[in-house]
Parts: sequence; C-alpha cells; structure tokens
Amino acid sequence: MYDAMISETVMFPAHGGDGIEGYLARPLAPGPYGGVVVIHHMPGYDAATKEITRNFAAHGYLALMPNLYYREAPGASPDDAAAAARSRGGVPDDRLVGDVAGAASYLKALTSSNGKVGVIGYCSGGRQSFLAACSLDLEAAVDCYGAFVVRTPPEGAPLNVIPLMDKVGDLSCPLLGLFGNDDQFPSPEEVDELEQALKAHGKTYEFHRYDGASHAFFAIDRPSYRPEQAKDGWQRIWTWFAKYLAN
Amino acid sequence: MCTYLTEHLDMTGSGKGPGNWFRFTEALVYYDHPQDAPLEHSVNLDFLAPGEGPSARIAIEMSPEAARAVANAIMATLASFPGQPQTAGTPAR
Repeated sequence: MYDAMISETVMFPAHGGDGIEGYLARPLAPGPYGGVVVIHHMPGYDAATKEITRNFAAHGYLALMPNLYYREAPGASPDDAAAAARSRGGVPDDRLVGDVAGAASYLKALTSSNGKVGVIGYCSGGRQSFLAACSLDLEAAVDCYGAFVVRTPPEGAPLNVIPLMDKVGDLSCPLLGLFGNDDQFPSPEEVDELEQALKAHGKTYEFHRYDGASHAFFAIDRPSYRPEQAKDGWQRIWTWFAKYLAN
Repeated sequence: MCTYLTEHLDMTGSGKGPGNWFRFTEALVYYDHPQDAPLEHSVNLDFLAPGEGPSARIAIEMSPEAARAVANAIMATLASFPGQPQTAGTPAR
C-alpha cells in the first residue's frame, strides 16, 4: 500500500479575506479523501496539535489546522501567540467561523478531495467545533470536551465566549462528543443538558463519557493524558469520520 | 479545563527576554493549562510589551503553592520597607 504523505505550512484565505497560516497534512495518493479541519486548543497552534493533524493524514484524510492566532502574532512561537491572543480577548466567534469556512473551502478545492469536510476541536476548540458545525454546512463534527457550550463562563472571564445553546437547532451535521466525567468545564451536568437539547431537536449525535478522565485526556504531553480513554476516543473518531466523511 | 479567567494589568516594568531587557506594559495572571510545566493547571504570569511584538514576553508557570509563596514573599518584602504602599493601588509607572 502506498502510504506517503506530506505536511507543510500553507497560506489560505480566511475570515474577512485575510490570508492566514495553516498546517496542512495530506496523503500523497490521488484519493479521493474526506477533509478534516482541526481546531487547536487554547495553548495554540502547537507541536502537539500538528501531530494530531498528521495523524488524520496518516488515516487517510486531508487535514488542515488554521492558526487561529495568526493575526495577533504572525511568525511567533505558539506560546507567545497564545499569550498575545489572550491579552486581546481571544478569538471572536465570527472570525472563528470564517476561518473554519476558509479552511473547509481550501480542503474541498484540493484535487484529492471527495468534497466532504468535517471538523474536530479540542478544549476551547471543542466549543469552536460545535460553533462551526452550527454555522456552516459540514458533513461531521467532533467536540472533544469543549466548555461553555451550555453555560456562561465564570464572572470576570475576559474572553468573548458565550453559550451556544440557542444554536443547537442549526447544527448541520452529525456530532460526536467525547468527555471526561471528572471534568468541570464542561461538567457532566452540562453534557447532560447538551444531550437533551440535541435530542429535543432530533439531531444525530453520539456522546461517550469516560470515567477516570478529566479535561484534555487526549493530550499525550500533559499529565491529564489517559491512554486507555484516549485510545477508545480515537477509535470513536475514526469510526465517525469513516461513516460520514469517507467515500 | 480552560478557565479563561485572566487578570489583566496595565503596568510598566523591565524584564529580560530571549534577546535583552525590555520594558513591558501589560501583565496577565491566569490559572489554566501550562505550556511547559508538568502540571494539569498552573498559575501563569505573562509580562508583555505588545508594541514590540509577541516575542517580547516574560512567561512564568508555577504551581498554586509556589505562586502563593512568591506572592507572600513579595508582600513581606514590601511590608519590611516603611513608606511603601501597603495596599493595592494604581500600578506605579
């Protein structure tokens, strides 16, 4: 089996016509392949999320991770960029949607695309994945422990983060949710509430909740990593995207 | 978790970054994921000079215990010098 792939930094048109940086990983065979927009966590456009992006390519997807902090800090190290973005209040929701739309268009335009695109996000990116799936026509979405979909952030939070429950009816595609039962952001009660809303709107979804896991259990470079739960979670992701994004 | 909670201070001071000393104009204090510290969450301090670009930054990540120890040490130091303000106020420029 021919399994060569390439990963590289690309520039693509995003929200407002801005050119922003993204990390593209794709198989080199002609395809056709489904596409995945990977939304990084709050610590930014970092090495760990680039590895996740390459993992999608290794499993037969065209994957593009937009650098959501590119405007604040072009060329900066991921941690400096994350601090600069935090200092300026974080990523506005409308800009996030525009950036994911730009990334999805870029993936669909690749000659090896099958025309289908999904989205996945981790941590703050989990909420943003849900937001994108409620705002854009996509084929599948995965929310990995995104907080503040259901509840308002604690008082004093400086970021422009609002709950998204009023958007549940607009969800355009099947949603896979992966959550840790020891997490407080989102808490199990918030996950329950989101599930009830999805049911009420007749949406296609699948939630998996892991005992012994808190936030960021997929993050292999952090103490929160839970290998058993993360391994099962990855299997759920592969099954989900194979069902909705593959040919 | 992503706490998002950030204390944002406009203040001026000097810090030494990867290149040389620079004057920072902002400080952020937050409890969230660290970039480097082997902790699930840490108290993070960023001293920034946005006018000089995102790399003009002093970054510190500590456990809550270490952060309290540093904060107490700073307060104790200030308390030992008569004439210093003993309560929080407008940051000195």
